[in-house]
Amino acid sequence: MSTVPRFWRHIPQRYNLVGTHCEKCDEYYYPPRTICPNCRRNAKMEDHKFDGRGTVVTYTTIYNATDDFKRQTPYNLAIIELMEGPRLTGQVICSPDEIKIGMKVKPVFRILGKEGDRGIIYYGTKFVPVEGSA
Amino acid sequence: MPAGIVSYGVYIPKYRIRAKEIARVWGEREDMAQNLNVFEKSVPDIDEDAVTIAVEAARNAVRRASIDPARIGAIYAGSESHPYAVKPTGTIVGEAIGVDHQLTVADLEFACKAGTAAVQACLGLVTANLIDLGLAVGTDTSQGAPGDALEYTAAAGAAAYIIGRENIAAEIEGFYSFTTDTPDFWRREGMPYPEHGGRFTGEPGYFKHVMSATRGLLKKMGTIPEDYDYAVFHQPNGKFPVRVAGQLGFLREQIEPGLVVPWIGNTYSGSSLIGLAATLDVARPGERIFLASFGSGAGSDAFSIRVKDEIEDVRNRAPKVRNYFENVQYLDYAVYAKHKGKLRL
Repeated sequence: MSTVPRFWRHIPQRYNLVGTHCEKCDEYYYPPRTICPNCRRNAKMEDHKFDGRGTVVTYTTIYNATDDFKRQTPYNLAIIELMEGPRLTGQVICSPDEIKIGMKVKPVFRILGKEGDRGIIYYGTKFVPVEGSA
Repeated sequence: MPAGIVSYGVYIPKYRIRAKEIARVWGEREDMAQNLNVFEKSVPDIDEDAVTIAVEAARNAVRRASIDPARIGAIYAGSESHPYAVKPTGTIVGEAIGVDHQLTVADLEFACKAGTAAVQACLGLVTANLIDLGLAVGTDTSQGAPGDALEYTAAAGAAAYIIGRENIAAEIEGFYSFTTDTPDFWRREGMPYPEHGGRFTGEPGYFKHVMSATRGLLKKMGTIPEDYDYAVFHQPNGKFPVRVAGQLGFLREQIEPGLVVPWIGNTYSGSSLIGLAATLDVARPGERIFLASFGSGAGSDAFSIRVKDEIEDVRNRAPKVRNYFENVQYLDYAVYAKHKGKLRL
């Protein structure tokens, strides 16, 4: 079982999209990297809290989900490009008819999953359309 | 030194179910909505709970006055639908708004008034100069058993208030509480839905406590209802706050801006605090607001609030209560049942 420590370690990046930024080459990383692949030992890494606004690069809609997500179908999973550049996979909360490539999205705080009825609840970031961008 | 509200934020989910849709399913009279003065209520999304909506409200409060979260020395989260029986809601809220970790946190429960109790706890620490800022949250995704009278009103919403001494947008001039042991509404450990005493929740519950707290505060402050520009009373339905206001000598115009229950339902720990936020959304500097919450079990906290010039600087910097009335999405009973986990898969 326990995935609790793994979830706990990811709390800053899941709740607040905390990644890293290399001051030397100005590259942003999400999920956070401790070493900059561009600058290697000369890198100057710092934590960076992403604003969370971004653009849908591509998406798929899930109609047949695993048991944990069955209640949520149909739902959209998208690759989102954050304003600073990094891309991440996230759920976009809107109807499958509404989601489009190029759509602007913003972050919201939601339940990502639960370890059954007795385990912990995973909270974190999902995305919703920015009004008027559809 | 005066203390009060430095910032506030609310969050109400975008889904609604109409009271007449619930009445249709259970074969109740169509005029149920008019009788309760509740026409629709908010419904959380499948992946929303009292924690997620508290985080959204708290983030709005932080944003509204550009608060540095490191200044927050206490978080009290009031709810009767904390997702965990053991594991605080407040710690998740704190982490999600980016607090420094040198703070005290606790969850509160007092039916619908845990949010105002959280305000009082923060006010105590702030006034005693023990902390710089305190965050008080009232949040609920409340439960009503299928077919029960509560199902027409039990809604979801959260309000967050940042309490401090500097740059206050509204001064809390004084408060007065009235509390007794009155079992008008309860939920036992492990039970999914609360029980209530039906009509017993009215006179010995809501009216006795709200009226006692209100009269107590008016006497303590030496004020009369006419001294206030606005009044907010806890809103378990649309009838009780209107009736109690009338009995206490407040006018319909005073309660109108804060009367949000006909369109969102009873948001429990969020209810009177969302009503206060809707009033702060429109109040002008110098105006006074009377607030009285009610929590079954039972108690009422009454507050005398004076709006300050700083309200104009912060008011428009986060969504207002009525912004959450726009672009709502209506659910039928079946989808509502799925959202609320009433269907067993």
